[in-house]
Amino acid sequence: VHEPDLITDSDDTPLAGSPSVTSRLPSTASVELSINGDAVNADVDTRLTLLDFLRERAHLTGTKKGCNRGECGTCTVLVDGRRVNACMILITALAGRRVTTIEGLATNGRLHPVQEAFIDHDAFQCGFCTPGQIMSAVGCINEGHTADPAEIREWMSGNLCRCSAYPQIVAAVRAAAEALS
Amino acid sequence: MKPFAYTRAASAAEAVDTASRPGVAILAGGTELLNWMRIGVSEPHEVVDIGHLPLGAEIRLDGDVVHVGPLTKLNDVAAHELVGDRFPVLRQAIHKSASAQLRNLATIGGNPLQSTRCPYFRSETVTACNKRRPGSGCAARHGIADNHAIFGWTDDCVAVQPSDPATALVALDSTVVTADQNGGRRIAMRDLHALPGEDPTVHHVLRPGEVIVEIEISGAARASAYVKVRERESYEYALVSAAVALDLDGDLITRARIAVGSVAMKPWRLERAERSLAGMRIGSPEMGESVRAAFAEARPLPDSEYKLPLAQNAVLRAIEEAARP
Repeated sequence: VHEPDLITDSDDTPLAGSPSVTSRLPSTASVELSINGDAVNADVDTRLTLLDFLRERAHLTGTKKGCNRGECGTCTVLVDGRRVNACMILITALAGRRVTTIEGLATNGRLHPVQEAFIDHDAFQCGFCTPGQIMSAVGCINEGHTADPAEIREWMSGNLCRCSAYPQIVAAVRAAAEALS
Repeated sequence: MKPFAYTRAASAAEAVDTASRPGVAILAGGTELLNWMRIGVSEPHEVVDIGHLPLGAEIRLDGDVVHVGPLTKLNDVAAHELVGDRFPVLRQAIHKSASAQLRNLATIGGNPLQSTRCPYFRSETVTACNKRRPGSGCAARHGIADNHAIFGWTDDCVAVQPSDPATALVALDSTVVTADQNGGRRIAMRDLHALPGEDPTVHHVLRPGEVIVEIEISGAARASAYVKVRERESYEYALVSAAVALDLDGDLITRARIAVGSVAMKPWRLERAERSLAGMRIGSPEMGESVRAAFAEARPLPDSEYKLPLAQNAVLRAIEEAARP
């Protein structure tokens, strides 16, 4: 379990190459962006990632925190329609950008075709990686990398599933791509 | 992560001014900087964001030179028709470099500046590492070094530079154009990284505040290919990789350019093989001997000996793939 990134470590000894200069500039900032169609305006610690902002401030906990270093893909969201790892983005860098999370996929209470396909194909077991898998699949389908199972496996390889539901995930992505074409 | 101020550069010149001050880090794609700040590799008091600058958005052909904006996202470089048409080796290297999500964040200028994956360098506890704490030594030299160097290492550092795009860009003889407080300079991509014999404490030759403003690739390398060997099929760092660009006259090699990745602190050009391969025919028996001979100066560590045959075969396979019509 990872704490939010703004928890500092207890050892304050400067490391090599880290000048012990302190800045007079503030380590907080204001940011305005759109999340799932809603305008959001917040004062934040500059260390806050998009992932921690979504979970701790916006209370959108569908986006999961796995490795917190860009390796597992469970925090995948869309920024301006493109899939990215929310743990690798500072919220302050997203001024004016448009974020879509798993909570923003359904329209008028109707699930997105990719969500439907994951249910139809039983494409998960424990479900922890599922929001990231689904957001990544939406990106993958938009990019057009769903020609065959091998291409889907390659272009979905940034999302790990410890339950190893991969065959069902590939089937779901394939079916959703067909439904959306 | 320690507290820092966040600022946005209004121009490349402003980014240079700000980043020339001590304790300021440049934020482009962020896929390295955020992890560096998490584990304490970098502890800036100010982060200057250049991600939004118009340095990146464009890839254009001028004469016979393709100019690549350094802030172009990896996926956008790979998808560009100029790159797909002229430099298949770069397109392939990018697609094998990271997950699709990371490739939507990471930039072509930032990727070659990534740090080594040596576990002692990336450790969250204090270890001997001259790149983390100059003068502290190299824990990997007599420690766990199974993905470490076979070329160009010293007792002060046995790590490797892992960038796939950089390996392709070195094979393509590309040039990095920089801006700094003195105006800037042109650096051959093959000279961008520093071997430990030059300085074991750094990864590359860029000075504080020096910013990459363009990457230039001349000509075309349509007969080119990238082979990456790793412990799983996708989304993993290389054990070894090979970037090959050939000039062919039928099946006759008139020029060969070969860079091997993850075998040294820089992509390693196989100049000896490049010379001897010129004039050989694809598939001729002496090709294998020529490539094997180019590894004569390799000095594998006990744990990295396996890389020698792996790298030789990766180069031979990349030559075959590059020559495939």
